[in-house]
Amino acid sequence: MKNLKMSIAAVLLLAVSFTNAQEKKKMNHDHGDMKMDHSKMSTMKSDAKTEAILSDYFNLKNALVADDTKKAAQAGSKLVASIKAFDMSSYTKEQQEELADIFEDATEHAEHISESAIDHQREHFKTLSKDITDMVAITGSETTLYEQFCPMYDKGSAWLSTSKEIRNPYYGSRMLKCGKVQKTIQNR
Amino acid sequence: MRIVKIIAIILLVAFVGIQFIPTTRNQSDTVPETDFMLVNNVPENIQNKLQVSCYDCHSNNTQYPWYNKIQPVAWFLEDHIKEGKAELNFSKWDSLSNRRKVSKLRSIVKQIEAGEMPLDSYTLIHKEAAFSEEEAKEVINFMTQLKDNL
Repeated sequence: MKNLKMSIAAVLLLAVSFTNAQEKKKMNHDHGDMKMDHSKMSTMKSDAKTEAILSDYFNLKNALVADDTKKAAQAGSKLVASIKAFDMSSYTKEQQEELADIFEDATEHAEHISESAIDHQREHFKTLSKDITDMVAITGSETTLYEQFCPMYDKGSAWLSTSKEIRNPYYGSRMLKCGKVQKTIQNR
Repeated sequence: MRIVKIIAIILLVAFVGIQFIPTTRNQSDTVPETDFMLVNNVPENIQNKLQVSCYDCHSNNTQYPWYNKIQPVAWFLEDHIKEGKAELNFSKWDSLSNRRKVSKLRSIVKQIEAGEMPLDSYTLIHKEAAFSEEEAKEVINFMTQLKDNL
């Protein structure tokens, strides 16, 4: 598994440096303008990957809010794929190490969510939420996010949401509005 | 009658035949530096409990029962051990990051609380592996403390 990951990383790195080299070639002809475009493009690319992960996470959260095990499982599988597709090359070495750690953990929880009953899914969602929150601390997000907190579930548990309104993923219909906004995470 | 005899003979031959297919044994003479017991200050009673109840499938060293030498039981066990170690391997505990350790400790506590671990199929034969209420509480408290100190 590790070997596979390493070779995927190596191929990705190669691909990135190859496109970089080509861009540079073009730049030699077109002077300064290209440079701006290029840097804009590369941040946009990594944003898209972050947003893909966040979108799967929010689909998962909404499925748990709706007590929908099947949809939650599907979102879990999709999340595993989105994490795998994440390109870390634009981050510093330190950030990459932390992201790799976060993703290893998050992948395990997402995998479990894809094959468990709802109580189990919610248990794993708690740790997954911590992982995703830590990821956002590094990658940022395009939209403002709200970290919400329910003091009742498992001695207090947090999650992320795109809206201020509380919809509790740990209890669903049993206690839909339990919780409060704990922190607002400004968009980049 | 003849048919039954033929089938019986075929089954017997197959049974004997599969005994010659080798299985990989999960055994090691050394305890690696990364072992859970070596890097954590684990009280003796909890050490014993973990050894008996968890280490057969969640470490690099299984205490094999005699019937493991017989196929297809050996395959069944081999599969279980492989899966168990993929989820959690106490022998490699210290190679995990703090984030991963917290994750694993949380799962350990949840699994014992829910009575999902050790597996019923395991405690059926290893009666001593089952957790009494008191033992479960001790192990859960210990693991929770470990998690909170990370």
